[in-house]
Amino acid sequence: MNASAVLARPDFEVIAGWIAPGERVLDLGCGDGSLIRYLAQTRRVRGLGVEIDPRNVLESMKNGISVIQMDLEAGLAGIGDGSFDHVVMSQSLQMVHHTEQILREMLRVGREAVVSFPNFGYSLHRQAIAAGRMPVSESLPYQWYDSPNVRFFTMADFEDLCAQRGIEIMERRGFDGGRLVTEDPNLNASEAVYRLTRAGR
Amino acid sequence: MQPLDNTTADVTAVGAVEPRRAHFARPLELKSGAVIPAYDLVYETYGELNAARSNAVLVCHALSGSHHVAGHYADNPKNVGWWDNIVGPGRPLDTDRFFVIGVNNLGGCHGSTGPSAINPATGKPWGADFPVVTVEDWVQAQARLADHLGIASFAAVIGGSLGGMQALQWTVTYPARIRHALVIAAAPKLTAQNIAFNDVARQAILTDPDFHGGHFYEHGTAPRRGLRLARMLGHITYLGDDQMAEKFGRVLRAGSFQFSYDVEFEIESYLRYQGDKFAAYFDANTYLLMTKALDYFDPAHHRNGDLVAALAPATASFLVVSFTTDWRFHPGRSREIVNALIGAEKNVSYAEIDCKYGHDSFLIDDPHYHAIVRAYMENVAP
Repeated sequence: MNASAVLARPDFEVIAGWIAPGERVLDLGCGDGSLIRYLAQTRRVRGLGVEIDPRNVLESMKNGISVIQMDLEAGLAGIGDGSFDHVVMSQSLQMVHHTEQILREMLRVGREAVVSFPNFGYSLHRQAIAAGRMPVSESLPYQWYDSPNVRFFTMADFEDLCAQRGIEIMERRGFDGGRLVTEDPNLNASEAVYRLTRAGR
Repeated sequence: MQPLDNTTADVTAVGAVEPRRAHFARPLELKSGAVIPAYDLVYETYGELNAARSNAVLVCHALSGSHHVAGHYADNPKNVGWWDNIVGPGRPLDTDRFFVIGVNNLGGCHGSTGPSAINPATGKPWGADFPVVTVEDWVQAQARLADHLGIASFAAVIGGSLGGMQALQWTVTYPARIRHALVIAAAPKLTAQNIAFNDVARQAILTDPDFHGGHFYEHGTAPRRGLRLARMLGHITYLGDDQMAEKFGRVLRAGSFQFSYDVEFEIESYLRYQGDKFAAYFDANTYLLMTKALDYFDPAHHRNGDLVAALAPATASFLVVSFTTDWRFHPGRSREIVNALIGAEKNVSYAEIDCKYGHDSFLIDDPHYHAIVRAYMENVAP
């Protein structure tokens, strides 16, 4: 999975900023465990990664982080409510079929959730579509036929879903090439990071 | 011709080993309330105990295992330890870093005190009078062996199947004496189906006319027919369905139906051979006792089934491993352990290995499986 490697830095820093030292963090789709390791080093979190790919499970273990092999499409069944302070899903939400279910599960086992994903509404992506082509970019580095991504959505789409499903957006950040985007992120950000909780908490 | 074993010696093999014996004169009170007045444990060690005495790793055996985990005997080079492929210099349980210990459990039939040993009270073999022992009792006896060897705490305790249950039990019985537990192909307790298999095996032994109520030694016989059946049944449950189909299919020894009850299908031949081999050396009373230890294992029993509460005392970190084709203790059983450990806020890693050998996969040197154990152990401080 090189998507998380390419886009690692900006969302890592933002995520670290939203997590208090010593918290319990669950990282869904943890890849080689880089984020947990970063959070353990910078925030002294107690982290647990989740991966379906056996090679990534092995890489995470080599990196010295705790990781469990599990298919996120099956939800987080068996993990108790409120087991974690933060449940993070970095650059993986677009790879999961059951989007609603996994968001619900994240906010069941965690007090807060953090998700980051490539923004399909990014200006260069819109231009590609307008020119009659599926976008291929730094944040969407795959051809349509070999992409691990199964859901394509914009920041605006995601925010609609949150509003409909009682998910409160506590904070959000948009980035373009690692730089923070302040003006119209749905158009100008290639990557988005959201801090979420259940509405009315 | 050059001497074979000097030129082709595997530098990752443990080499020749010798079993040792420790005597324990202090009575051991068992979970059942029975007391064993004194006992011996037979064990082997591989690698060197470091100066801080902090690099010990205990390997717990399953139903039919023993203290002979790795290496071979000088007078019998073919007798290689049952988990030799994972223990040795540079192997996943690296004897260049760790002092690895194998022990035959109490009640065993490989030299430790068990039903076939002499009961000092009667001067005759214990037989059926040997008390039923549990996983907790084994852990207690293993801790005394650790005392005997001057080991205050284990870097890790590892086991597969029933051995994995002992590793899990260690973390709650002696939390301060174990830093890592590797729980492989195990379950937090048996299902009704598991217990059913065990009871059919026991019934095969108990109803054998040569069983003599467990005192067959003094009759100069052994319930080999029963033990053979028990092993055949057990063996079926340790293999993967696809593996059996692939290895034996419906292949006929004679090439066509013989319309008889002799061995016809290859699987029949294989199972009978395995059964005969096992019945020739294993003790029937030990088999009964091991299956009961499996049935009784349930660390959450006294917590109203709450495994999270049962595992709360543990301070160790965990590696849990399961195998996709293991239907005796399928991956869902390992996930029960994993979920409870997460609930109890323990450090836990979990790998589900795609390996075709069923429950016995834990004994196979599958490259990914061994890479996982190796990666985990590399982060264990010796």
